[in-house]
Amino acid sequence: MILSHDSWQAIQLTLALAGLTTLVLLVLATPLAWWLSQTRSAWRSPIQALVSLPLVLPPSVLGFYLLIVMGPQGPLGQITQALGWGVFSFTFTGLLIGSVLYSLPFSVQPLQHAFEAMGSRPMEVAATLRASPLDAFVHVALPLARPGMLTAAILSFAHTVGEFGVVLMIGGNIPGKTRVVSTEIYGHVEAMEYAQAHVLAGGMLLFSFGVLVALALLNRRQGQILK
Amino acid sequence: MTQPIHLQVRLSRVEFLLDVKLQLPAQGITAIFGPSGSGKTTLLRATAGLEKMERGLVQIGSSIWQDTQQGVNLPTWQRPLGYVFQESSLLPHLDVQQNLDFGLKRALKSSDRALFDATQSMQTSIELLGIETLLKRMPDQLSGGERQRVAIARAIAMQPKLLLMDEPLASLDEARRQEIFPWLIRLRDELKMPMLYVTHSLEEVTRLADHLVVLDKGKTSAQGPVVDVFTQVGNPLRLGDDAGALIAGHIGAIDSQWHLSRVDFDGGCVWIRDTGFPVGKAVRIRILARDVSLATSEPQNTSIQNHLHGSIQSITPDAHPSQVMVVLKCGAQEVLARVTKRAVDELGLQVGMPLWVQVKSVALVA
Repeated sequence: MILSHDSWQAIQLTLALAGLTTLVLLVLATPLAWWLSQTRSAWRSPIQALVSLPLVLPPSVLGFYLLIVMGPQGPLGQITQALGWGVFSFTFTGLLIGSVLYSLPFSVQPLQHAFEAMGSRPMEVAATLRASPLDAFVHVALPLARPGMLTAAILSFAHTVGEFGVVLMIGGNIPGKTRVVSTEIYGHVEAMEYAQAHVLAGGMLLFSFGVLVALALLNRRQGQILK
Repeated sequence: MTQPIHLQVRLSRVEFLLDVKLQLPAQGITAIFGPSGSGKTTLLRATAGLEKMERGLVQIGSSIWQDTQQGVNLPTWQRPLGYVFQESSLLPHLDVQQNLDFGLKRALKSSDRALFDATQSMQTSIELLGIETLLKRMPDQLSGGERQRVAIARAIAMQPKLLLMDEPLASLDEARRQEIFPWLIRLRDELKMPMLYVTHSLEEVTRLADHLVVLDKGKTSAQGPVVDVFTQVGNPLRLGDDAGALIAGHIGAIDSQWHLSRVDFDGGCVWIRDTGFPVGKAVRIRILARDVSLATSEPQNTSIQNHLHGSIQSITPDAHPSQVMVVLKCGAQEVLARVTKRAVDELGLQVGMPLWVQVKSVALVA
């Protein structure tokens, strides 16, 4: 056994976090991306900027604010405490919220591009075929945006697996609870356990490379379909 | 359904102000003709509810789809219409059969038509457009012409109260266009539903339209039965050299020895090349003004075979100062003749005068 029990736990936790984050993001990002692709509202630009913020913000800044908002004195913390859910900081739920926000642009942008590339014609066609807006969204827009949705899912998953700063700030690196692969590697290095760090770091390298190759293949295939 | 269609649309665009008020027949093809930028497509889209209008009324028979005065405005998906877009509009993720089903399934759900036979309707539209062999194909495996036929079949399968077609042939090459014409003519002759057909092609107007609306910079410059609009002087169609009458008639006789067929119409008859149409077949012919000459006595010893008898209805100046356009009434039919002013003077032509009309050439258009 090359990997310690702790490392296995970290891997499991990472996969669970990334999987859940991806699911939550697809549910949240799809309507958000649709709205951004269709609206002419004055709110579009500020919302678009807000969604993209995690791309440029240091993860520690996002983590810091989330820690304060979710903490016992923070507005979200007050609400969750009042509801009897306790405080989310240093919990898996807290990590999930952080991950969702941190990976939001990675799911919104591919979806939004897919919806924008579709143009207004398919929705007009659906309307002339008696489909209500919701009906047309579900049966025309979503199927047509499927490649974008797949890209969004892969990017969200991979990006969540690779996050470090937000996890460290919100999660606190508690083994079995909030310690993920990236923070586990950090721990190994701090403890001079380079062999363990090598295995995990190498695994991450291969994983990330594999994801990018898969995306490239996916895009090429879509390119062919479009021709 | 014999009540007419009322269409009033007012909306402004950068290029034009669309402002029309039309009353259109409840049957047959109404062509909306005009140069690009005249507002044809916008008018069609507004009728479908795809464009916001400032003021307007869309009333099909007794049902009102839109009336800005009363604040009625049905969204597109609640209007029982069929729409054929200029370029392919098939849903790319569905095969041909699923594309046909998409509209029909939803049309069945709308309350006012619980009674129509979906299977029958599907079958009829598949046959009318000849797409039986394409049903399992995906849209990207079809040719441009096939795609448009599927799109038309998809629209008529829903049995719309109004079929809107936006230059359905414009994206096709000449061979494909010719391939679709017979299907469109069949639609016109076999379906009862009214159709609005946007086009900038004179050929499509002469072959397909029963009624014609000419748009120019957002305004109606002429409208009426297509054969009437063609002989209006100062022709809004701006046909120039192609000015001439469009005549609806039928094959009255066939002369197999000389390979000719006779086209009879109210006002006379002309012989044309025999194209294999049977006696009784409804046809349309075009007689260009430049191919018509006038004689005050019955022409004799001439190689021109086709003579009509009529009287002068009007004489108006033509584009060039040397020429005039003479409108002749032959029976119920009007014929145009472009002759020189000098000829008018030498022959002493006047309104009301009976004349012999010599027709040098006749084109069969449909």
